[in-house]
Amino acid sequence: MSAPTQLLNVQIDGAWHQFPKGTRVIEACSRAGKFIPHYCYHPKLSSPGNCRMCLIEMGMPKPGPDRKPEMGPDGKPIISWIPRPQISCAQDIAEGMAIRTDSPLVKECRNGVMEFLLINHPLDCPICDQAGECHLQEYSVEFGTAGSRFLDEKVKKPKRVELGPRVTLDDERCILCSRCIRFMKEVAHDDVLGFVSRGSHTYLTAHPNKPLDSNYSLNTVDICPVGALTSTDFRFKMRVWFLKETKSICTSCATGCNTIIGTRLNTIYRQTPRENDEVNSSWMCDYGRLNFHYLNSPERLQTPQIRERDALVNSSWKSAMARAGDELKKFANGQIALIGSARMTNEELWLTKKLIESLGIADHDVVPRLGEADQILVNADRNPNTLGAQLFGITNENPGGKLSEIVEKVRSGAIRAIVALGEDLTEIGLTVDDLKKLSLIVATGILPNNTTRHATVLLPGSGFAEKRGSMINFRGRLQRLNRAVQPPGEAKDEWEILRDLIQQSTGSNGIYLIEDVFRQIAEAIPEMKGLSLSRISDKGVQLVEEGEEATKTPASI
Amino acid sequence: MASTVRTPHPREKRIIFRNIDRPGWTNDIDCYFRDGGYAELKKAVTMKPEQIVNEVKASGLRGRGGAGFPCGVKWGFIKPGGPKPVYLICNADESEPGTFKDRYIIHQDPHQLLEGTVISCYAVNARLAYIYIRGEFPLGAKILERALAEARQHGFLGKNILGSGFDCEIYVHRGAGAYICGEETGLIESMEGKRPYPRIKPPYFPAVLGLYMCPTIVNNVETLCNVKHIVRMGGAEYAKMGKPNNTGTRLLCVSGDVQKPGYYEFEVGGITLGELIYDICGGLRPGRKLRAVIPGGSSAKVLSVADRYKIKSRQPDGSMLEKEMGLEEVPIDFDTLAAAGSMAGSGGIIVMDDSRDMVWALNNINEFYAHESCGQCTPCREGSLWMKKITERMVHGGGTKQDTDTLKSVADNIAGRTICAFGEACAWPTQSFVAKFRDDFVAKSAGKENGNGLR
Repeated sequence: MSAPTQLLNVQIDGAWHQFPKGTRVIEACSRAGKFIPHYCYHPKLSSPGNCRMCLIEMGMPKPGPDRKPEMGPDGKPIISWIPRPQISCAQDIAEGMAIRTDSPLVKECRNGVMEFLLINHPLDCPICDQAGECHLQEYSVEFGTAGSRFLDEKVKKPKRVELGPRVTLDDERCILCSRCIRFMKEVAHDDVLGFVSRGSHTYLTAHPNKPLDSNYSLNTVDICPVGALTSTDFRFKMRVWFLKETKSICTSCATGCNTIIGTRLNTIYRQTPRENDEVNSSWMCDYGRLNFHYLNSPERLQTPQIRERDALVNSSWKSAMARAGDELKKFANGQIALIGSARMTNEELWLTKKLIESLGIADHDVVPRLGEADQILVNADRNPNTLGAQLFGITNENPGGKLSEIVEKVRSGAIRAIVALGEDLTEIGLTVDDLKKLSLIVATGILPNNTTRHATVLLPGSGFAEKRGSMINFRGRLQRLNRAVQPPGEAKDEWEILRDLIQQSTGSNGIYLIEDVFRQIAEAIPEMKGLSLSRISDKGVQLVEEGEEATKTPASI
Repeated sequence: MASTVRTPHPREKRIIFRNIDRPGWTNDIDCYFRDGGYAELKKAVTMKPEQIVNEVKASGLRGRGGAGFPCGVKWGFIKPGGPKPVYLICNADESEPGTFKDRYIIHQDPHQLLEGTVISCYAVNARLAYIYIRGEFPLGAKILERALAEARQHGFLGKNILGSGFDCEIYVHRGAGAYICGEETGLIESMEGKRPYPRIKPPYFPAVLGLYMCPTIVNNVETLCNVKHIVRMGGAEYAKMGKPNNTGTRLLCVSGDVQKPGYYEFEVGGITLGELIYDICGGLRPGRKLRAVIPGGSSAKVLSVADRYKIKSRQPDGSMLEKEMGLEEVPIDFDTLAAAGSMAGSGGIIVMDDSRDMVWALNNINEFYAHESCGQCTPCREGSLWMKKITERMVHGGGTKQDTDTLKSVADNIAGRTICAFGEACAWPTQSFVAKFRDDFVAKSAGKENGNGLR
């Protein structure tokens, strides 16, 4: 057990507060309700103190002859103020420290810095993609002046610079805060950005022949306080104030980075990281961030289909479900296999388990996806919910270990029907010819593939941003997906599809809402006792102690 | 070596510059030996390091690079016996306009600098020292390299110097042509192979977190040379030169409108600005009157001949005496020039007569600082170029009514709000020129309205 952190007394604008030792002055002020504007400071990066926006007045108690603080007539220590304003971003608080955040000098400093930052900055907010989420705009309103005293020509710098495949730079908008440089060096460990030239002519660039192509490059766009760094994918696609923001998680690997999905009129425009120090700090990888465009694809499966003679034809949900239920009943227990997915939510996996039980399926597994871990955020397990699939017994400690056996049984004719949930059977080793030989394929999916094309019953499902549900990341953290957009056409949540499939054999099962599914889970799983889907906080719930089931935490974030 | 050999003025007291322009003097080690060279190093290694630190403290030696910080106090920040190595860096990035003293030491008397540096290393227990020389001094770097080889050959550098058990090595590091590398933390960043962005203080005080985050002492060339003479004379004897808190001698570099510009050495406070201009430097050009003096390099605040200066000074009995004087009566020492509202700075004295256009003069200075601002922090980066743009416009007839006040306000928004002292260096000229010669500035922009109709 570590000793409790020492609390220090700090006077902020005349009022005394207590903060733990080691608190930055700027953070202490913020916690005391005195927000200090800043550009270069970022709590997750080193502090160069270069923007000078966070200047404050600072003082310490004046020591008397006995070296104890000298007391004034009001019984409070007399403060000896440092004559020059001090930056608040790089200093920790000290016992008895006094801070002024709203004095005339502080206001003058902020006003001065705002003026300086704007004299060479283009004043064309209406055509700038950052407008609406620009700190220059915000602080200009709060701490700047309406007019400009600058009469001379602005400095010209490079515009529309492709720093890398995903980031576009406008050097004239850059305020040289160096956040992006520090991020690439300190977090992404790919020190490709830097300043060249000097004085007011300084500009940001990537090293010659070294593009900004790190898998973390888009985080520089997030932390850029102005419109200098923009996402090539997102820029000029949508005004940010039109975006509806939905808190969710990324499903591109087992890390489960917390995200905000930005949508308008049922279209996803961008995905940005949401701070969660237990999972992803303030960052996410570019791959995960941009891995949503497929949800906007015109190829999306939108209508249930059933096979009539040799062709798939559109159907109603009711007929499709009846067909699936009827066909499945034709097979003996050992003749049906189920291929689930570790991309499914816990709720879907729970119902999959129920389906397995109701149909007496012995051969079931998930499709593993392994890649290389990058020591930052990307996990070797590219499936987001392998722990969930294991927890509910869809697979075991060796995900995918039964797949080759299933393939053999299909080829020997022992297995004649397959329920494929969101996975393409040709990815587990079956060929299209194998699929054609099967008597029945009941498939869910969101995009066409070999399996959906050869399905007997095709049930269109929902993507990660189109549904609610929970997943368990590789560290055993239960996190919630929230619906940002509606699935296209008649596509449905998989949990509903699964519920209806089960009902085909068991009749009504009392599940009307996804909350009902979660309730069943919470009753069955001791670690989730007392939880409800809504009660999982925005930052998730740790189900198992760190280190038990979890892999090692990367030290770098 | 020198193109013109000059005889020192009888009023000069040449300690550091003793060998500069000395007839028959060469910059090789044999010549240095004939003059008793390295005797002080031999003496120093018989002393305890803390003894030398104490002598330097007793001498009252103040840094000659510009800030005038007491050298012994700076050395005292290095705590003996720490776990990290201590580095000493000689700041030979002499770049302040109007200053050209260190260059002569390096060119004509490099061994004096090396001897002072090794003694200083011994005093602060630095086993490794660097001489950071500005890129524009290629000859100086060459001379230093040769001098270092000579010193190494004679055992004044390397292992077990003079049998003392003390190891020390010195390397020359050449800059690449940036004024900001003279700022000690910028210099350290540059030495580490990075852009010379000055560090924030706190926490990066060089004595604690300097070169490679190790304790580091950065001293000016002239300062390190003085250490040799403090060892020779003893701190107390040295302190008798000059006056209290302003001890020793000072190298002065005089440029501008005088008949005999050049370098001189006097006891600190031993001469007034008037005596320097008229008695030593041969006065102004015929028919001209004195207008202004920049007393400590181009970043020092300009002093006008039209002003009276009230100078308080401590008397030998401890009492304070206030004396009012004209510019020409101001003695050249740290405290008096500070009391007059400027600084002794780097010793570069720039004299301006009544033919000078003060707006042009300020623009000339502003051009330099706008070009040399490193660009790291906002006020200096943006403000230095803005001030230059305004004065340039005024010089070329484009001044507006608001310019004088805007200039002052821009400078006020820089000074005291930047990472390093460059903020003051670029703001002080504008603040002082506008304050002292406001009429000149107003006249340049009289009658013209603001160009774009804005406020």
